[in-house]
Amino acid sequence: MEFIPLSYETLRMVWWLLLGILLIGFALMDGYDLGVGALLPFVARTDPERRILINLVGPTWEGNQVWLVLGGGAIFAAWPPLYAVSFSGFYLAMLVILVALILRPVGFKFRGKIADPRWRSAWDGALFVGGAVPALIFGVAVGNVLRGVPFNLDDTLRPSYAGTFFGLLTPFALLCGLVSLSMVVAHGAAVIAARTEGVTAVRARAYGKWAAILTASFFALGGLWVAFGLDGYSVTSVQDAAGPSNPLAKTVTTATGAWLAGYAARPWTIIAPLLGFAGCAIAWIGLTARAWKTSLMGTSAAIVGVISTAGLSLFPFLLPSSLNPNASLTVWDASSSHLTLWTMLIATCVFLPMILAYTAWVYRVMSGPVTADSIGRNPNAY
Amino acid sequence: MIDYTVVDLSRLQFAATAMYHFLFVPLTLGLSFMMAIMESVYVMTGRDIWRRMTLFWGVCFGINFAMGVATGIVMEFQFGTNWAYYSHYVGDVFGAPLAIEGLMAFFLEATFIGLFFFGWDRLSKVGHLVVTWLVALGANFSALWILIANGWMQNPVGSTFNPQTMRMEIVDFMAVIFNPVAQAKFVHTVSAGYVTGAMFIISVSAYFMLRGRHLELAKRSMAVAASFGLAASLSVVVLGDESGYVTTEHQKMKLAAMEAMWDTEPAPAGFTLFALPDQQTRQNTYAMHIPYALGLISTRSISKEVPGILPLVEHAKTRVQNGTKAYAALQAVRANPNDAEAQKTFEANWHDLGYSLLLKRYRDDVQNATPEEIEKAAFDTVPHVPPLFWSFRIMVALGFYFILFFAVAFWLATKHKLGDSRLLLKIALFSLPLPWVAIEAGWLVAEYGRQPWIIEGVLPTFYAASGLTLTDLAISLGVFLTIYTVLFIIEMILMVKVIRKGPADELLVQDGLGGGAYVPAGATARPER
Ligand code: HDD
Ligand code: HEM
Ligand code: HEM
Repeated sequence: MEFIPLSYETLRMVWWLLLGILLIGFALMDGYDLGVGALLPFVARTDPERRILINLVGPTWEGNQVWLVLGGGAIFAAWPPLYAVSFSGFYLAMLVILVALILRPVGFKFRGKIADPRWRSAWDGALFVGGAVPALIFGVAVGNVLRGVPFNLDDTLRPSYAGTFFGLLTPFALLCGLVSLSMVVAHGAAVIAARTEGVTAVRARAYGKWAAILTASFFALGGLWVAFGLDGYSVTSVQDAAGPSNPLAKTVTTATGAWLAGYAARPWTIIAPLLGFAGCAIAWIGLTARAWKTSLMGTSAAIVGVISTAGLSLFPFLLPSSLNPNASLTVWDASSSHLTLWTMLIATCVFLPMILAYTAWVYRVMSGPVTADSIGRNPNAY
Repeated sequence: MIDYTVVDLSRLQFAATAMYHFLFVPLTLGLSFMMAIMESVYVMTGRDIWRRMTLFWGVCFGINFAMGVATGIVMEFQFGTNWAYYSHYVGDVFGAPLAIEGLMAFFLEATFIGLFFFGWDRLSKVGHLVVTWLVALGANFSALWILIANGWMQNPVGSTFNPQTMRMEIVDFMAVIFNPVAQAKFVHTVSAGYVTGAMFIISVSAYFMLRGRHLELAKRSMAVAASFGLAASLSVVVLGDESGYVTTEHQKMKLAAMEAMWDTEPAPAGFTLFALPDQQTRQNTYAMHIPYALGLISTRSISKEVPGILPLVEHAKTRVQNGTKAYAALQAVRANPNDAEAQKTFEANWHDLGYSLLLKRYRDDVQNATPEEIEKAAFDTVPHVPPLFWSFRIMVALGFYFILFFAVAFWLATKHKLGDSRLLLKIALFSLPLPWVAIEAGWLVAEYGRQPWIIEGVLPTFYAASGLTLTDLAISLGVFLTIYTVLFIIEMILMVKVIRKGPADELLVQDGLGGGAYVPAGATARPER
């Protein structure tokens, strides 16, 4: 075995942080594409207006979506049990997300190829589904993680489940779905307001303000629910943070409000939910004042705050099991091996800065308002 | 415990979605490279026709690329959704190349593809050329990493089993990357993609020529494609030979099955040109041999033997027996990690642990298997011979056909006579689907030939599936088949429409096609930023 400068425990912490960074990256980057998709039928009502929105995200959405693809790959590489249990446990929900995501690439590419209005509005519908449905279901999935997922592991660590698709759609999970949907809608609206002119910008500001208010309200409601109505999980045995990844080696109990225990133990983490609320408020102010940088900063802060809140509340859990709490997956017992975490960290340190640099460059090249005129100049526009 | 109908449907779904994804992948690999070449010529010569060629093939590329992305996302998540135990059992090794593929390749490809389409008037000539090359590079990197992952499934090097976590873990990352199987697969597969791209361009150009349209564009495109295609088809065959060679070394059973070679033949073995293999009687009828050929191809010597299926089954039997010892020792180690005796037994036999899992089909406590069960498990290591035998021959025959075809095309191109022979143009047009036939046949050989293993010698396919219900699978399979069929029809219609319309003379891309506006031919000017 080669020499690895960082301890297993440290690497697990680092990969927990990186998991959060990737999910936040996805929500910030592809989140606005999803939001624009969800707003498409409402903010843009004529074909030229819709083409403005589509060409707003057109040049960059493909790169943005790779945050999701990379998120999947990184969970596979760094948290294999999480990849195995969550995606097979949420089988039909994943199917719905995948179908919705399939509609996006083809929707963007195929829509403009035929001028028939029925053809175009059919694809507009597909793009709406491709934006709204994943945004909703990702939130529902997080809601279910907070409630605990009905899975078990046998002694060969083979997962089995007792849940159904409709079992996922509990009121609490739907509430989480609404948090995530309204959050990305606000984000998408902020981008539309920033990069387009005229009627689309005006409508986007109106929807965006509502979405910011709704995000904050749903988020607050969710917080109350977690505090007073939801069983949280906590590990009761001593876990070896550098031990082998065997989720069956610990004991876990549940208690109402236990998800908030972390905030008592580490008071500084309260920053996360505060950031969520502050972001919504800043976004509202920015949209009202037509200060597009402020509103974008607001929606971004809201996204960072909301996702960090979920992650911090769960810590050290990744995926609690409601069927057999002892089989829950945690940061300390569901990672890949020491060597794999280290190798993947090196790869990330090499490539992530490069990705950020060229993505920034592409955004700079494509910057500037998207107007009917700018679309008309480009033969390849959607 | 394991529902075999669910396993079979999961296999069907994976096979269908993978083969579907791979309808689009090779064209992405080939076209991106050839567009980059064409644009390079444009930048070097400044002649506008080359820019228009790049743009026109770019429209076809875009339609194809969208389908590649749409089907790729499904692939990315299917390991978790349908192969949960697989993901647990080998995720530590297999996940890494997949994640690196995202970091190194998908980001590159997907970030710059937008600039390829939207950056023409925002970048300098050279700037845009660099973008096009980066897209091509990204596509090829992605092939590299996914084939490293897939190569590891064929030849699981650089890893070991950890009893405490019940999974394979990486011990030597470099061995995984420089896996000879992965390298052979990579070069063979990307070359196959280049052949596909070249054939696509030649066929579509031939169509234009037969109609007497867009001759300038068609002639030049054909010349590029003919030379690129000749190089690619030569390399696909040479590198296919390399694939055969590494298969002999690492997957003897697969090779024997491809050749329907039931018994070991005295060296050097002959290549069976034609036969009707029968899985039941384990014999071939109507066999036609070319002496020596197989021995030369697969061992590169005239003295080494190529082992046959039945002797390999005998060998598998001893491995199953050893495997049961490893399994018993594993139970003991997991019950008591300090049991030194059991640990030693496990260390000595763990390489055969996977073979004992084959017994799980017959009983759960595999350490108590009867000799009959062991015999059955050993015979389970034989893949289904006839489809492998035939797919392989189809691929090889097409390989030689492509060389011939591109050689003739190249020869005519050097004499500037490409447009003269209507026969050649017609042949070119009708050869369009052939690279896809060869490619899908190739994957069938590679993947179906690996059965019953999902990881060769380590994990049986049936043992790797998720514990889903039949309803889950029925729904997902139905949904995928429906949506994929519909999208395929739409994409074909659009492709045909784009090609029919052609680079519409001066109207390169007009409304209703690219959705954009009129672009006069000379419009290379770079409007102010
Ligand atoms: C030899 C090449 C090759 C092979 C064997 C595969 N792919 Fe693929 N994949 C590509 C070559 C490629 C590509 C050429 O890079 C694609 C095709 C079209 C495209 O857009 O990129 C792509 C797209 C693509 C995407 C979309 C990327 C994006 O959003 O831009 C994903 C997630 C995957 N693939 C994942 C997979 C998985 C999980 C595979 C195996 C099971 C797989 N691919 C087999
Ligand atoms: C896109 C090109 C590919 C094609 C066309 C393809 C084709 C196939 C086919 C036909 C099967 C079914 C074999 C059977 O069940 O009888 C299969 C199985 C499988 N392949 Fe591939 N394959 C491709 C790429 C890959 C890659 C790159 C990987 C891994 C990274 C992979 C992993 C698997 C797995 C996990 C199975 C499991 C299902 C099974 O064995 O039945 N495949 N593939
Ligand atoms: C004389 C010609 C050829 C030979 C000897 C050959 C040999 C092989 C062999 C032995 C394999 C199986 C590798 C494995 O066991 O995993 C294979 C796979 C494959 N072949 Fe070929 N091949 C030839 C021509 C072609 C052509 C013309 C194409 C397509 C244009 C093609 C595309 C593929 C693909 C896509 C695969 C699956 C990926 C892989 O395993 O590399 N081959 N080939």
